Amino acid sequence: MSWISNFLTSSLGKKLIMSLTGLFLITFLIVHLAGNLQLLIDDGGEAFNTYAHFMTNNGLIKFLSYGLYAFILIHIIQGILIALKNRGARASRYAVTNRKSNSFASRNMALLGLLVFFFLAVHMGDFWYKMKFTNELPMVAYAGIGVEVKDLYTRVNMAFQEWWLVAIYMLGLLALALHLWHGFQSAFHTLGLNHKKYTPFIKAVGKIYSIVIPIGFAIIPLYFFFLKN
Amino acid sequence: MIKLDAKIPEGHISEKWMKYKSSMDLVAPNNKRKLEVIVVGTGLAGASASASLAELGYKVKTFTFHDSPRRAHSIAAQGGINAAKNYRNDGDSVHRLFYDTVKGGDYRSREANVHRLAEVSANIIDQCVAQGVPFAREYGGTLDNRSFGGVQVSRTFYARGQTGQQLLIGAYQALSRQVSLGNVEMYNRHEMLDVVKVDGKARGIIARNLLTGELESFAAHCVVIASGGYGNVYYLSTNAMNSNVSAAWRAARRGALMANPCFCQIHPTCIPVSGTYQSKLTLMSESLRNDGRVWVPKKMEDVEAVRSGKLKPIDIAEEDRDYYLERKYPAFGNLVPRDVASRAAKEVCDEGRGVNQSGLAVYLDFYDAILRYGRAEAFSSGLDPEDYATVKKLGTKVIEAKYGNLFEIYEKITGDDPYRTPMRIYPAIHYTMGGLWVDYNLETTVPGLFAIGEANFSDHGANRLGASALMQGLADGYFVLPYTIGTFLSKDIRTPAFSKDLPEFKKTKQEVEDRLNQLLNIKGERSVESFHRELGLILWDYCGMSRNAEGLKKGRELLRALKKEFYSNVFVPGELKEFNPELEKATKVADFFELGELMIVDALDRNESCGGHFREESQTEDNEAKRDDENYAYVAAWQWNDEGDPVLFKEPLVFDNVKLKTRSYK
Amino acid sequence: MKLTLKIWRQKNSQTKGKFEVHKIEATPEMSFLEMLDVLNEEIIEKKGEPFAFEHDCREGICGTCSMVINGQPHGPMALTTTCQLHMRHYKDGDTIVIEPFRANAFPVLKDLVVDRSAFDRIIQAGGFVSVSTGQAPDGNSILIEQDVARDAFDAASCIGCGACVAACPNASAMLFTSAKVSHLSLLPQGQVEGAKRVKKMVAQMDKEGFGNCSNTYACEAECPKGISVENIAKMNREYFSAMVSTSDK
Repeated sequence: MSWISNFLTSSLGKKLIMSLTGLFLITFLIVHLAGNLQLLIDDGGEAFNTYAHFMTNNGLIKFLSYGLYAFILIHIIQGILIALKNRGARASRYAVTNRKSNSFASRNMALLGLLVFFFLAVHMGDFWYKMKFTNELPMVAYAGIGVEVKDLYTRVNMAFQEWWLVAIYMLGLLALALHLWHGFQSAFHTLGLNHKKYTPFIKAVGKIYSIVIPIGFAIIPLYFFFLKN
Repeated sequence: MIKLDAKIPEGHISEKWMKYKSSMDLVAPNNKRKLEVIVVGTGLAGASASASLAELGYKVKTFTFHDSPRRAHSIAAQGGINAAKNYRNDGDSVHRLFYDTVKGGDYRSREANVHRLAEVSANIIDQCVAQGVPFAREYGGTLDNRSFGGVQVSRTFYARGQTGQQLLIGAYQALSRQVSLGNVEMYNRHEMLDVVKVDGKARGIIARNLLTGELESFAAHCVVIASGGYGNVYYLSTNAMNSNVSAAWRAARRGALMANPCFCQIHPTCIPVSGTYQSKLTLMSESLRNDGRVWVPKKMEDVEAVRSGKLKPIDIAEEDRDYYLERKYPAFGNLVPRDVASRAAKEVCDEGRGVNQSGLAVYLDFYDAILRYGRAEAFSSGLDPEDYATVKKLGTKVIEAKYGNLFEIYEKITGDDPYRTPMRIYPAIHYTMGGLWVDYNLETTVPGLFAIGEANFSDHGANRLGASALMQGLADGYFVLPYTIGTFLSKDIRTPAFSKDLPEFKKTKQEVEDRLNQLLNIKGERSVESFHRELGLILWDYCGMSRNAEGLKKGRELLRALKKEFYSNVFVPGELKEFNPELEKATKVADFFELGELMIVDALDRNESCGGHFREESQTEDNEAKRDDENYAYVAAWQWNDEGDPVLFKEPLVFDNVKLKTRSYK
Repeated sequence: MKLTLKIWRQKNSQTKGKFEVHKIEATPEMSFLEMLDVLNEEIIEKKGEPFAFEHDCREGICGTCSMVINGQPHGPMALTTTCQLHMRHYKDGDTIVIEPFRANAFPVLKDLVVDRSAFDRIIQAGGFVSVSTGQAPDGNSILIEQDVARDAFDAASCIGCGACVAACPNASAMLFTSAKVSHLSLLPQGQVEGAKRVKKMVAQMDKEGFGNCSNTYACEAECPKGISVENIAKMNREYFSAMVSTSDK
């Protein structure tokens, strides 16, 4: 089976891994946003908390989430390794570089990725960790489900009263938007999908996606900060 | 005394090659493995020969002074490659291609060689297609052809305007395959500086590693020179900057003869010189003369005014323009052959009517063509053919479709927009028909020393037809040399590999080192470049488009004086054993001095006008070239002589299959 | 026009280089390389050492000229090699920074001259059709659709100059390698050994120490021949399918 390791350690194989994990994460973002937009429902958090309970307790979702964590880690680690190798491929740097030949986002994928990663750490530490591994969250009961569930909604509301956290989210989402701006079309290109016929379409979808999704996420902290007390 | 034996096989012209091929001595595969061949140069001829010889099983060592074999100047050929395929069903045949080539060469080439070239031409196309050369195709997927250079059939295969590039990449890839298989040892950045002879046979070379500057010896059973032409002797030419004669010239100094060195082709439509710093000239495709009108102003005050920029050429009235080609050659007008158009341009510029600052340019004007096409377009699309703006717009579109890419190149280089102002053009040295004398086997007078491609003299006579250079390079490399080299090597199957420690190698290497040190130690005041530029001017003025005995003699004197100054006043910076481009240049220019002198001697000897060689003493009453078949139907093969004049050996040319005719374009 | 040139000076691959500043008087009609010729002539006149730079055809086709001019391989004009760049695109008083192509896989040999033999080795790894002289069938026995021939030509028009590597923030050779893979895999003659070719060429490319492609497309933007990054996508397809379809272990 040496062909598999040959394949996956070749420059193109590494690219393929970045592309596939990236596309998975892109899909995840849609699901994640769809779920989290329930925070905007003005029902005291019932819909969202019920959803959060389901997501943390359903077996299949749990299974999928381990895959997700793995993909995130692979995407990050592989990305860092590639970036280090790429930097090393030009030991002596140019005195002058031309910024017009490529986009800011494409040049700085690793940096943007790291920013997203730090943002993710803050984000998960605040909510995911507290939800899963602590009993800090208050419990709440709803008529719809028989058990008491953790009140993540209140935690979210509290957290987003802090201006600095909201600022971190805005910056993190900006980094995410830029990362997607290049990453979306790039993932398809790596898979070999680049053709005059359909690439303009992929590019357009990618640009819409990389604007709409981060804005969707951004609405949530802004909503709590400005409209909820 | 050398006896020139062309070794032309017996039999009818159409059977010579076939019969010869099937009866010549061969080398068995197990013996091929023991035989080593050195190939110098990786253009079409060198790369294709290296690949083919390696495929046959010979051990090949290939040399190029470039950083990669793919850089050779064959890559710059634009137009196409001829082949007698008759895919167009227009009556083409091997015989017709043969006939056109002999006639185009103004009856100064060897019939048997040209016929063989025509025979293998079709195989070249097949080979290149199989290699993946992306020739232009018809809608149905078959190969496309275009017509070229005044022949009556469409036999030119092409890959957009980059045929040379695609063919060279094909040969380079075939060569790369043999390198990967270990059959070719590739030596990049190695420049051959001498041939080593052992017992009178060529058995190796001395090359300089251009990176380290070290002189290295390489031994083999035979040596193939595929180092291209010598157009750069003129300093300004369409050749690449590094193209040079040194490999061929070193062979000549070791006993090979140089044939017809005065036969140089001048291309009439090149972008003219714009200043003294100019380093090279760029060709504009000949096809432009189909629609462009060539002219200069009639009045000297207009000439002065356009030169200083006070007057724009479009503001010169119609009656004040001299469309000199149309005036002199009413039948062919702007479409006269290359040499005629070139000489006419020189004449008007010599009269002082050149239209750029250096006085060496004429206009090539598309204004009339734009209006003519515009009117036709307007008429056929129901618009007003009298409306100037419409007509101009439509006409510009037609011209753009036909010549858009050429106009772009022109604008890139000159900054002028040829849709709005006439192009400025001037003739330039483009190709050299002369070269090392070779027999039918492509072997020089030194046994074991072969010459192929532009480096030999064999197939184009006094003038080369368009799209024939690529054909000859590949014919020699793919289909001729791999066979004929066997005639020499079959006698060597028991000869063990030569050691480069033989005294012959040491001696030659020492001579090379002395020569290089001599150049380095002059430590004079003038740069190599300045000498080269001056040498080029002498040759251009006295041995250029038009030559006469008096001028040639004067040119030779000037050249010798300059050479003398070169050896006492040139400054070559740097050292021998380092990367030293100036030293490389100096060795090339030193060799150009000797070749240049030989060209003059040859031009002086040939008191007739034929092809690219125009002797003012030999012209008709209306100033056209006059060939002298009675006295000059021979190949002039020269032996260089350091002590005195070069020695001439004549190979008489016999024409059994074509009738000698005179060209006329009136 | 008076110009200030900051040019890279480096003795060889073992030593460190630095910039040298020179003033020069140029005219708008000169080509960029002719301007450097003039500079070198002036240096030689003062018995100095001229700058080494590579060049040959000066028509934009041989791919020999290199150098990065104010941060751009082959300078500021699109679809133009250094040798075809003319000084009328600069103005009096400009400062021009001239550096060699920089990449570990292209070590500097001297001043502006770099070693691009890695490209030769990539081609030697498989960038050819395995057909020997004399084995070819008639040219018209292989029919190729006009558009396919055109696309193959577009890919094949690469001049191997290395600007793609020089421009790439990662010093990746994907555009060069993919242009050859594309050229040959588009044509029926080349498809036969297509899978083997792409695997070998990619392996060699990786071995040479080029960086990975991260799809910034700077290569396409700076390519003097306009080679499209679609070739990279095509090579990716070819490579993935070769990896999963060939029978090696």
